[in-house]
Amino acid sequence: MEILKPAVAGTLESSDCMVTVEPGSGQVELDLDSSVIRQFGPQIKKVIAETLERLEVKNVNIKVVDKGALDCTIKARVEAAVFRSNDIKQNIPWGGAIR
Amino acid sequence: MNPAENPNKKRLRRSMMFLNAQKPGLIKDPYVYGPDSIMLDLEDAVAMKEKDAARFSLYHALQEIDYRGVERVVRINGLDSDMWEEDILCSVAGGCDSIRIPKTETADDVLKVAAVVEEAERRFGREEGSVLIMAALESAKGVMNALQICEASPRLFGIALSGGDYTKDLQTTITGTGVELMGARQHMIIAARAAGVQCFDTVWTNLDDMEGFRNDVQTIKNMGFDGKSIINPRQIPIVHDIYTPKEKEIIFAEKVVREIDEKSAQGIGVFTVDGKMIDIAFYDGAKRTLMLAKAAGKYKGDL
Repeated sequence: MEILKPAVAGTLESSDCMVTVEPGSGQVELDLDSSVIRQFGPQIKKVIAETLERLEVKNVNIKVVDKGALDCTIKARVEAAVFRSNDIKQNIPWGGAIR
Repeated sequence: MNPAENPNKKRLRRSMMFLNAQKPGLIKDPYVYGPDSIMLDLEDAVAMKEKDAARFSLYHALQEIDYRGVERVVRINGLDSDMWEEDILCSVAGGCDSIRIPKTETADDVLKVAAVVEEAERRFGREEGSVLIMAALESAKGVMNALQICEASPRLFGIALSGGDYTKDLQTTITGTGVELMGARQHMIIAARAAGVQCFDTVWTNLDDMEGFRNDVQTIKNMGFDGKSIINPRQIPIVHDIYTPKEKEIIFAEKVVREIDEKSAQGIGVFTVDGKMIDIAFYDGAKRTLMLAKAAGKYKGDL
């Protein structure tokens, strides 16, 4: 998917994360801010990268502010932000690209 | 599987706890409080502009979080919205156990949902008949149509009263006395039993009045309800306590079941247990007492 416009999903509440996506400059550029970055930084980055890969997003500036979110929440917020940047709210590929 | 034979239709549902599907902090570990069911809400708890995000959050929670046997019901958006079909697709794909229909008014509402659920089961490779439905009645019309709603689909395991909207429709308010809910409660439990499905009561929203809550739960238990919708984990132990048979009741129920089994084998229909007249009519009630006692860890026998 292309990132057509800036979009945000999630909150800064505990156990959540806030994901912002913007059109990139030819690649995936990640800015991660996490309260648990020492312990979980590599795992969070991996989840973000895999989620973007499934959505075929190759050109994005993505900022993630993590407040101790589980993997399932990180995935959900990245997906919500990417689909919002395309204004897509229905006919989501459940069980396909979303899994 | 024929949904009528789905073993989950009759499962124990004393406490059904609402949780906002959009809040990761709420949905990550609610099983620690020990509710029988959780109701992950896509409807009123989720702001209109967060409906899309709530679905992604719900899907992955259903896929990845081990809820340790707690039933996972999803409350979808109303059939008057353009969101309920996507809600069902997301929920069934994610692996939910049941769908709760809000503002149900007719048998047709249940059939519409059942059709989409069936299509979703096929599309996402879920076993046919594995996803059940419950219907919330939130209006005078819905309550009056309780029997047709209960009988609408073999997937339907029960109906629940939603007191806030219902009392608005009656042009009154929740008073705390229960007087405004009396007719609906009585009508719904009779309809549910006539159709052989379960019946659940509305939420109690005043968390400062736990004694009022206890009285409310005792009332609906006495009326025959299977359980109560709840909004806070603090309400769970009270509901479970009221739905747990007392020691004396458990011992008596065990005797009743044993005696009926024994006496009917001997061709005797009516007899006394501890001075009380007993016949086959007491059998199911005694079995239910033992089932509730087992669920509460109070009965470890083999009946």
